[in-house]
Amino acid sequence: MGKKTFVTLGLTLVVTTAILAQTPAPAPAGDAKNGRKLFAADGCYQCHGYEAQGATPTGPRLGPRPIAFAQFSKYVRQPTGQMPPYTIKSIPDKDLADIYGFLQSLPAPPAVDAITLLK
Amino acid sequence: MRKTSIGRRGFLKRAAVTGAAIVGSTAAPGGLASPPVAGQVPARSGPASAPAAARESDPGGSPDVLTTDRPGGDFMVDVMKTLDFEYVAANPGSSFRGLHESLINHGGNKAPEFITCCHEESSVAMAHGYFKVEGKPMAVLAHGTVGLQHAAMAIYNAYCDRVPVYVIAGNSIDATQRRPGVEWDHSVQDAASLVRDFVKWDDLPISLQHFAESAVRAYKIAMTPPMMPVVIVADGGLQEDPIAPDAALRIPKLTMATPPQGDSGAVAETARLLAAAENPVIVAGRLARTPAGMARLVELAELLQAPVVDQGERMNFPSRHALNHSDRARELVGAADVIVGLELTDFWGTVDAYRDQLHRTSRPITKPGARLVSITAGDLFVKSNYQDQQRYPEVDIAMAADGEATLPALIEAVKRSITADRKRNFEERGRSLAAGRQRLLDRARTEATYAWDASPISTARLSAELWAQIKDSDWALVSPIDFVSRWPMRLWSFDKPYQYIGASGGAGVGYGAPAAIGAALAHKKHGRLVVSIQADGDLMYAPGVLWTAAHHKIPLLSVMHNNRAYHQEVMHIQRMANRHQRGVTSAGIGTTIENPNIDYAGLARSLGVHAEGPITDPKELGGALKRALDVVKRGEPALVDVITQPR
Repeated sequence: MGKKTFVTLGLTLVVTTAILAQTPAPAPAGDAKNGRKLFAADGCYQCHGYEAQGATPTGPRLGPRPIAFAQFSKYVRQPTGQMPPYTIKSIPDKDLADIYGFLQSLPAPPAVDAITLLK
Repeated sequence: MRKTSIGRRGFLKRAAVTGAAIVGSTAAPGGLASPPVAGQVPARSGPASAPAAARESDPGGSPDVLTTDRPGGDFMVDVMKTLDFEYVAANPGSSFRGLHESLINHGGNKAPEFITCCHEESSVAMAHGYFKVEGKPMAVLAHGTVGLQHAAMAIYNAYCDRVPVYVIAGNSIDATQRRPGVEWDHSVQDAASLVRDFVKWDDLPISLQHFAESAVRAYKIAMTPPMMPVVIVADGGLQEDPIAPDAALRIPKLTMATPPQGDSGAVAETARLLAAAENPVIVAGRLARTPAGMARLVELAELLQAPVVDQGERMNFPSRHALNHSDRARELVGAADVIVGLELTDFWGTVDAYRDQLHRTSRPITKPGARLVSITAGDLFVKSNYQDQQRYPEVDIAMAADGEATLPALIEAVKRSITADRKRNFEERGRSLAAGRQRLLDRARTEATYAWDASPISTARLSAELWAQIKDSDWALVSPIDFVSRWPMRLWSFDKPYQYIGASGGAGVGYGAPAAIGAALAHKKHGRLVVSIQADGDLMYAPGVLWTAAHHKIPLLSVMHNNRAYHQEVMHIQRMANRHQRGVTSAGIGTTIENPNIDYAGLARSLGVHAEGPITDPKELGGALKRALDVVKRGEPALVDVITQPR
């Protein structure tokens, strides 16, 4: 009989909201197409969704307009919240740059007023 | 009729050392209990050859007598009818065959009506979901051995969720009367021991009168906060043996215990703290156990113009109320000077942050000097072995009392504590909170736009599409919301006590589908449009419950949240792999439900349920939901399989 314990893996929305508002810093050129694949293969989607849209309470939205790469990289390597750490052994710098490129490439969502179901 | 000189009844009576005389009178309407015979008492002890003075049953007669018109099971049904059970859920089992037959024939299969289940876990979880809508227990029958073993996880969920489920377990106690073979495998010395750690009370009646008293007592115990499951073991001999013509049986009167209310001094001090607080927060856990719970919490919150955090274990507070600030719980708790927790499962976890890294750490998130008040009936009943009590909370006032029952006194005490100055402050606070609540709703709508057109379909899109289909009906959601990012509670307007029922309690997977169907069964007579967002892994524990819904025509729309994984476990494995620096590309091994993908629509159709899917294009979702809801509105279950984002 399986018994699973629900454990919240949430990252704080507060931190993310503050970070998202900042101007992106220069980032290494990344391959957005490969980044999308890595975003799934490396498990980023598990907490943040396949489109990096975020989920409550597992992980915040990461894009479009991600935080500056330096902050992004620092948090991924040494997270201060609940996020599991991705060391360079788990995601090499090149892959991380590609993932960041994917986040940068995400299109803006439709305006909320344009979606009848959300009015 | 048995060939031995001593029947099971005689065996059981001799086994008893003490007993009381039966002096009551017939109590069951239309039942079988007979008036007492003056001067007669039942034999309770004595040598094997001693005749009983006034036995309840007499199985020791001629082996040529092959029939009886008055089996003990009929009296058991009379007892159950007085307890007003609407349904009894069961997978059929020979250890309660006597009671089963009495239910459907002597009892006319009405009140209770037999609900056929394909697994005892489904029976109990159906009863779990039913209670949270109807507010009274559903009975469950199970083998005392293999049936209770199947039922155990669901009983544990109900125990953790403080839900009374009324389990009657069949057993064959007299070894000399058991049929060779399976009946021995299905017999046990102490049936309830298997679940004793997570039921509130159990008993093994050894006479029909004992059954009546214990059955009534069990109901009362189960329904007294903190409410929990109970187990009554029904011996096969008691069920099947004839009731003696002169048996003096009566059904005791059920008088429900009033829920414990908080100490008046503690209530007054809590009111004083709340009235004086600049930033009070009211946090509600398993508070609302009746429709009055929501109304009382609204009254208290509006009186104080204090924000409410509804932790989602019950329908405690209207989702769009200006004072519902559940989406910023941590921010509120961090700024609060007074926090009142009403029936919280985890007060410690409410006021502390925990970090699940290699070195596990925690820290309080409350500001220094914040005063914490707990009101919970959970303080009145705690067991040792299973650790659902959570970490010890350090509070300033702990009322061992039922939250809902204490609210009227607290409201009156708060009224007496409010001065004109404080009232002006409250009104100003209320205006600020109302504006903040609108911002939360606006933010939720904006966040829902991200991945709006994505495939797999976002849980925000799924929730919005479903809301559009039901919002103009008298609707109810009967599934948990945590696995879909709480989108329904963020986007929908829940304003009636029956529109949401919380989650499983013990996080035992397999609760969702049967609990939803049990809840839908309770909603059926009210004609409500009932929907659930059904987790894929959960359904696969006991999908046969879909057949139960089809067979009994229980109208429910199940919308599959099909992320093709036990996704919580995917994340746990990822956490471990990251921690061990081994990459996460293998996290799907043992945690995903792919290759082959499960055809949930096909599965549902095979069990007699209308189904569509899998839906991968969000533009097709609205139409599929509408078609399925048309089926539900005709009184039948339906399922739409939706391929979804993980959360």
